[in-house]
Amino acid sequence: MMFVPGNNPGMMADAHIYGPDSIMLDLEDSVTMAEKDAARLLVHNALKSIDYGGTEMVVRINPLNTPYGKKDVEAVVKAGVDVIRMPKTETADEVRELEAEILKVETEIGRVGETKIMAAIESALGIVNAFEIATASKRMMGIALGAEDYSANLKTNRTPGGAELLLARETIVVAARAAGIACFDTVYSNLDDMETFRKEVELIKTLGFDGKSIINPRQIEVVNSVFTPTEKEINKARAVVAAIKEAQAKGSGVIAVNGKMVDRPVVLRAERTIALAIAAGVISEEEAL
Amino acid sequence: MRNTKLVSLEEAIRRSGLKDGMTISFHHHFRGGDKVVNMVVDKLAEMGFKDLKLAASSLSDVHAPLIEHIKSGVITGISTSGLRGELADAISHGLMAEPVVFRSHGGRGSAIANGELKIDVAFLGASSSDELGNATGHGSKSICGSLGYALPDARYAKHVVVLTDELVDYPNMPQSISAADVESVVVVESVGDSSKISSGAIRDSKNPRDILLAKQAAKVIINSGYFKDGFSIQTGTGGASLAAVKYIREEMISRGIKASFALGGITAHMVKLHEEGLIGKLIDVQSFDKVAAESIAKDPLHQEVSAVEYASGQHLGSATHALDIVILSALEVDTQFNVNVLVGSDGIIRGAIGGHQDTAADSALSIIVCPLLRGRIPCVVPKVTTLITPGKSVDVVVTEYGIAVNPARPEIAELLKEAGLNIVDIKDLAAKAKSIIGTPDPLPFGDKVVGIVMNRDGSVLDKIYNVNEL
Repeated sequence: MMFVPGNNPGMMADAHIYGPDSIMLDLEDSVTMAEKDAARLLVHNALKSIDYGGTEMVVRINPLNTPYGKKDVEAVVKAGVDVIRMPKTETADEVRELEAEILKVETEIGRVGETKIMAAIESALGIVNAFEIATASKRMMGIALGAEDYSANLKTNRTPGGAELLLARETIVVAARAAGIACFDTVYSNLDDMETFRKEVELIKTLGFDGKSIINPRQIEVVNSVFTPTEKEINKARAVVAAIKEAQAKGSGVIAVNGKMVDRPVVLRAERTIALAIAAGVISEEEAL
Repeated sequence: MRNTKLVSLEEAIRRSGLKDGMTISFHHHFRGGDKVVNMVVDKLAEMGFKDLKLAASSLSDVHAPLIEHIKSGVITGISTSGLRGELADAISHGLMAEPVVFRSHGGRGSAIANGELKIDVAFLGASSSDELGNATGHGSKSICGSLGYALPDARYAKHVVVLTDELVDYPNMPQSISAADVESVVVVESVGDSSKISSGAIRDSKNPRDILLAKQAAKVIINSGYFKDGFSIQTGTGGASLAAVKYIREEMISRGIKASFALGGITAHMVKLHEEGLIGKLIDVQSFDKVAAESIAKDPLHQEVSAVEYASGQHLGSATHALDIVILSALEVDTQFNVNVLVGSDGIIRGAIGGHQDTAADSALSIIVCPLLRGRIPCVVPKVTTLITPGKSVDVVVTEYGIAVNPARPEIAELLKEAGLNIVDIKDLAAKAKSIIGTPDPLPFGDKVVGIVMNRDGSVLDKIYNVNEL
């Protein structure tokens, strides 16, 4: 998910050409008070007039308790946004409040239920309430960590190793999995240190995250290379999936690949590997069969 | 020394037999740091000359003082590869009565060699010279490396004056300009601002769009069928061109492929590949940076060539005829694959033909790398503002929204499609640009011809009209 300032038409016009899975146009922290209205108008028109191809379009709105939040919801829902990212989410009630706002606008335009919600958790309270937030609405498609505010709230600093984020990251992954939705890690802002960035992406992939937030197209390649399964992983996954199909056809419950017994978690992991490989464009859907 | 040619600038001019109405010439190897053109024309004005024709290999921002000399009638004609800055702006608005003649580097070389462009007196800046006129692009004050664009002038001009800020003991060897061609040598305080003549080390572009374009261009090359052992290549100096070299290098190493030569303006990137053994020889008409300029002085496999040897369309021995792949830039490309590198989308001259026409025409594979949009300016358009390189010379256009292949080269389109590249119709690219930006208002051109674009064979390709204020 690539963050793009909602007040920068040059960046908004062609953010999709770099191939991010989703683009988050920001109306919150990257837009100054004086530019809130202009950015909202710009984002509204960008969503309506620019062909972003198949890229999932997310807009980060201002919190609902600011003078801008509700206007943001109206503008982006009317423009047909895929996902609204709610910043600094701390409770399930806040999600429900947003849901009500969205429904109001959707009802007005006759497009009920199309807008999804992603909640950014950026405080200790939000982490404590993570599962409730994740399950607060049927519209919830994912939760994400906002590490700058979170580490400030914890009264600590961000470090290259990310020890201060460990509990929050694990909590978000666990809450998302328990709720059956996606989870996304925070941004890494030093563009000149691709090595540390890569280590961080490897870490969050190991923790179980579905993706990483990025602030520059140059980071896309690193995230994709970490998340794209290797040829060896894909071949192994195919063997597992083929074996399970064969077993099902024979009515057998237990299967073995290369002499090792394969149980359900292994099959689920294999299916996820193939889904990732298809999403990354490494193999086609036909090849996965 | 018994037969010294050392004289003052004024004396050199007097000895040259220069008269009103004659043609004087200059090279542009000192680029944005050049002091020779302004210094000489100031002196000619002071001496009372009028109606001179200025034949430069190129002119840039630094030559704005020529505006006054045009207004006062000292300079009444210009031929060049390019124009930029205030001078270009003034000429675009109709400063001169006589249109500027634009030629490619190869076209200028041919025109000088075949007598179409007759030079009466060439004023050639050199980084060092001895007092007989053996001159080079190397010295301790200012170094520009190759003097390739000055060599046709030195050979064919009726009278040659070398200007240098570093007089060295005879013999200054190996020389670029031979004393045999030189009539006078003038020592001046400075021929150029060395900081603006050549920049330092390699800087890799961090612009994500450049990187995207570069990767696509590299993929085109790698999958084009021309990327095999012994291939040859020329690239420009734009961010995307230079970044493409980086990706090509990685692929050359991984596949064990080596290039026979790199041509053209030589950059530090090319020198690096040469020194790593990935490129056999460097053929250098212009050294773009300090690394290239230093390399040509010490490396026997890095050789200077004249503009004629580089890119003349009329001399079969020119290097472009042996060139496999060239990466070029563009201000605009149209749906007929025609390219404009000279006149901006505002109608104002802001570029140079350079070797664009020559390398596109002669190379086996010409690739134009150009963003679809520059801010609010569309770069793939229904018709170019000014025709510089005809579409029949252009094979592939790489943009951030897809790659268009000239229908005349279906075999290349096929190879690139097989490699999984996003091949699109160039008309769809123009339509995409239009869908994002809309159709710009027509430019407010007047009816006065301010520039004539020559094809490299000496025919007229297009005319540039004066532009009125928007």
